[in-house]
Amino acid sequence: MAADTPLTAEQIEHDLDVCLELEFTFLNIGGISQLLSVQSREEQEFLLGWTRRIATTNIQIAYQFLRRAPDLLKRMDRRVMETWALHAMDTYDRVGLHAAMQIIRDVNQFMQHKHAHAAAAVFDDVRGILLNFVHGLSGRALKLEQGDAAYTDSETLYLPAVIAQLPDANDNFSLSKAMVAMLWAQTRYGTFQVDISQALHAYPDEHHALQLFHSLETLRLEACIQRELPGLFRDMQGLKSALGQTNTPVWSSYAEQLANPESTAGDCLRLLEKAYHGPLPDPTCYQGELRPEAIAACMTARVEREKALFRIKLAQLASDASRIPDEANASPRPFEIREALASLASLPSLELVLDDIPVTPPDDVRQLMTSIQLDLGNIPDEYLVPAGPGEYDAMLIEEKTIDPNEVWQGTYHEEGAFFYPEWDFGRQHYRKNWCVMREREVTPVYDEFVTQTKQKHAGLLKLLRKTFEALRDENRMLKRQAQGDEIDIDALVESLADASDGREMSDRLFIRAHRNERNIAVMFMVDMSGSTRGWINDAERESLVLLCETLETLGDRYAIYGFSGTTRKRCELYRIKQMDEPYNDTVRARISGIRPQDYTRMGFAIRHLSKLLHGVEARTKLLITLSDGRPDDYNDNYRGRYGIEDTRQALIEAKRLGIHPFCITIDQEAREYLPHMYGAVNYTVIDEVPKLPLKVAGIYRRLTM
Amino acid sequence: MTKPNAVAIEITSTMNSQSVAPEEYFVEEEPYYESSGDEIAVFEAAYRNKLPVLLKGPTGCGKTRFMEFMAWRLKRPLITVSCHDDLTASDLVGRFLVKGGETVWVDGPLARSVRSGAICYLDEIVEARKDTMVVIHPLADDRRVLPMEKLGALLEADDDFCLAISYNPGYQSVLKDLKQSTRQRFVALNFEYPHAELERRIVANESGVAAPIAENLIKFAHMTRNLKGSGLEEGASTRLLVHAGKLIASGIAPVTACRSAIAQAITDDDDMLKAIQELSSSLF
Repeated sequence: MAADTPLTAEQIEHDLDVCLELEFTFLNIGGISQLLSVQSREEQEFLLGWTRRIATTNIQIAYQFLRRAPDLLKRMDRRVMETWALHAMDTYDRVGLHAAMQIIRDVNQFMQHKHAHAAAAVFDDVRGILLNFVHGLSGRALKLEQGDAAYTDSETLYLPAVIAQLPDANDNFSLSKAMVAMLWAQTRYGTFQVDISQALHAYPDEHHALQLFHSLETLRLEACIQRELPGLFRDMQGLKSALGQTNTPVWSSYAEQLANPESTAGDCLRLLEKAYHGPLPDPTCYQGELRPEAIAACMTARVEREKALFRIKLAQLASDASRIPDEANASPRPFEIREALASLASLPSLELVLDDIPVTPPDDVRQLMTSIQLDLGNIPDEYLVPAGPGEYDAMLIEEKTIDPNEVWQGTYHEEGAFFYPEWDFGRQHYRKNWCVMREREVTPVYDEFVTQTKQKHAGLLKLLRKTFEALRDENRMLKRQAQGDEIDIDALVESLADASDGREMSDRLFIRAHRNERNIAVMFMVDMSGSTRGWINDAERESLVLLCETLETLGDRYAIYGFSGTTRKRCELYRIKQMDEPYNDTVRARISGIRPQDYTRMGFAIRHLSKLLHGVEARTKLLITLSDGRPDDYNDNYRGRYGIEDTRQALIEAKRLGIHPFCITIDQEAREYLPHMYGAVNYTVIDEVPKLPLKVAGIYRRLTM
Repeated sequence: MTKPNAVAIEITSTMNSQSVAPEEYFVEEEPYYESSGDEIAVFEAAYRNKLPVLLKGPTGCGKTRFMEFMAWRLKRPLITVSCHDDLTASDLVGRFLVKGGETVWVDGPLARSVRSGAICYLDEIVEARKDTMVVIHPLADDRRVLPMEKLGALLEADDDFCLAISYNPGYQSVLKDLKQSTRQRFVALNFEYPHAELERRIVANESGVAAPIAENLIKFAHMTRNLKGSGLEEGASTRLLVHAGKLIASGIAPVTACRSAIAQAITDDDDMLKAIQELSSSLF
């Protein structure tokens, strides 16, 4: 059958029978298959493909998707449909079936419809650009996330998943940019310097008052943007006229009153008294929502934290500045704030002064100052008194670091962990924030293991050291070069002889010292799963000892981490040696203390270690895995194709970062899956466990020559 | 291979451009330089006391221009060597060359400056190979001599000789850090991007654009500098602003000028380029 002939209803039914497991689910697909059979083959493939992908996550969602999809395809952009489906699956991952079904059912709300068949601005596509855009604008370093509407809590800006009010893709992007700029303007021009909730209490209809206040603020902020970012303002005007939005005469007069550069959110509150009895204007297209509760919650916490943090930092600055030990703990002298001279920056730039001498604050303090300025309009005097010793409990202020061991003792929660996505091959997409990862310490065991290993392999170690020494940085003299530091006498004599014979004289007469700098950083990722119990664990530990001993001769930078875990909620990496940590007794004791743990989930480990390795500056970066078997996890589908595909995807991501992955395994069946994951040549299978220590160093030598 | 080599100096003049021996290269017209502190006085004092000088600061903030200005002010020739990772000690000191069957010694730029009492400016010194440091150490303390190993001689520095090096502390890399034993020989001058008002004057002056445009360019530069650390290695330098200003003065639209002279120059990342593009179109 030709590839473009549409599938018949029977063929479609057969296909759906498999992926929706009709035998058990008894879903009614009769009507759907009829509907599908009249569509083009290409449309059929699109719809069936996505149904299959969703079905690997949940069959009910897939079924609901399929029921609506043929109809939607007529009026909806495909990219938007894909986003819709992925958004539903993400929601399923996060909060479960009920919420996901809601998204599938309320497709119109998801679209923020109007121009459903539009080239929309999809959050995931525009996020990268807009985040950089907003960082470039002045002020606090804001975050940008997907939310159910455009609003901000004063630290994070939220945008809806899809913005499709306008028929043109560029316009929709401009609209999303205008939304972000408007939210940024709220944080930048002091919308939150008034207590909104409290001010609105006075009105009988608080909701109505809030809407009005927001519209007034939008007018004020538009004027701010017009002054600071005239180009953006023109774009915004263009959007408004494209959507036919204009101000009524009354509101135009409000706009004039608020256009004064001196106007504040307080002026809007005053105007609100007048405007309250009038009608509510249509919200401007880029206005978004104003959510006082979200803002208040976020601000209360921040203001306290930043005050404490700022005063602690000042105390540090003060002690750095004096250098002399404080005379008898005299009460700390307060700093002063002066306005720095001649500033074009729109935010008044402040100078920190101690005892009449300007102090240059480090970047983090400068950011704090900006943030405080944005919240309060200035830096109040009580902020400028350096914190006395013991005044604040540092635990409350510094970013909380939670002892991973404790986290697991209480009820499960995710505070302070790293989150990593995981590749779902059925969905052909990532599951967001799927793995909850923590770094843990290996409990060091101070015993004779390392000494014994060194004795046991004394001969081998000597040999290894010798071979590795030969690899060390050495100056090689390149002879007969056209340029160089010294004259190559042999070449000179020869060419003089040539010249006197009447032949052409060579110009390659110099010796050049060629320094072959080894610039390698290597990350060892050691399998600590339960299956390594016994002699495999011993062999791994012995290999690590030999590796460390030889790598020390070589001078390459290296780190060692062990990985294990149980389910996606508990992925763990064990620090054995960090990149810049010296090979000392503690590291040796940690190697000795490596004990088998739980399962072999690999994706998160590769992702985290690649990230660490990516932060290291080196010409060659290697990620070497020591493993005893295929990826596996407890009761989580990870065993089998899912795990292999996720690991493969994680390795592809690593390669994209310029990291060379390699795998050393003792699994005799590894040839079935390792080539797919690592590529045909990037792995070695060692057939006898006791040989592992003998081989590993040799393999490393070959890899890095 | 194009190494800064002593041989290159002997190439005779072509067409309109002139070639002069480096030790005869005097800066004749006063270079445009706006002082942002007491750096001129400090440099002069260091020069009179025969102390070497280290210029710290990000790229394009005016270090090289400052050196030209000081060379003009002190009326000494300026020999600039841009260091690269293949630059060796002999590239600085000199080497034997073969000429018609005989070997001839040719001074490198550093030896020429030492002999003739010029200002030798080693730009981005950390890029050079480690062995070059060994050569400058004896020059950078009170000995003021240049060991010329291959000639078996010590070259004493002329009284007017001055050594200056530059270094960008922004590269946060252990490999590109200046060693204490080197940095503690120098009088250090810190350069930063000038404050907004001064930078506006510089951009207006150098490029010839009107003050409001210069002001917008500075605002734009601050936006890119805000991005440092969140995806950009370095914000737009004053030099780039001058480039953009020059393009605008020749009739290129500001947004286009910012794209070509600034955005494309500081990053290749697609998202970042678009974001910077959006920032500039927001301003103009």
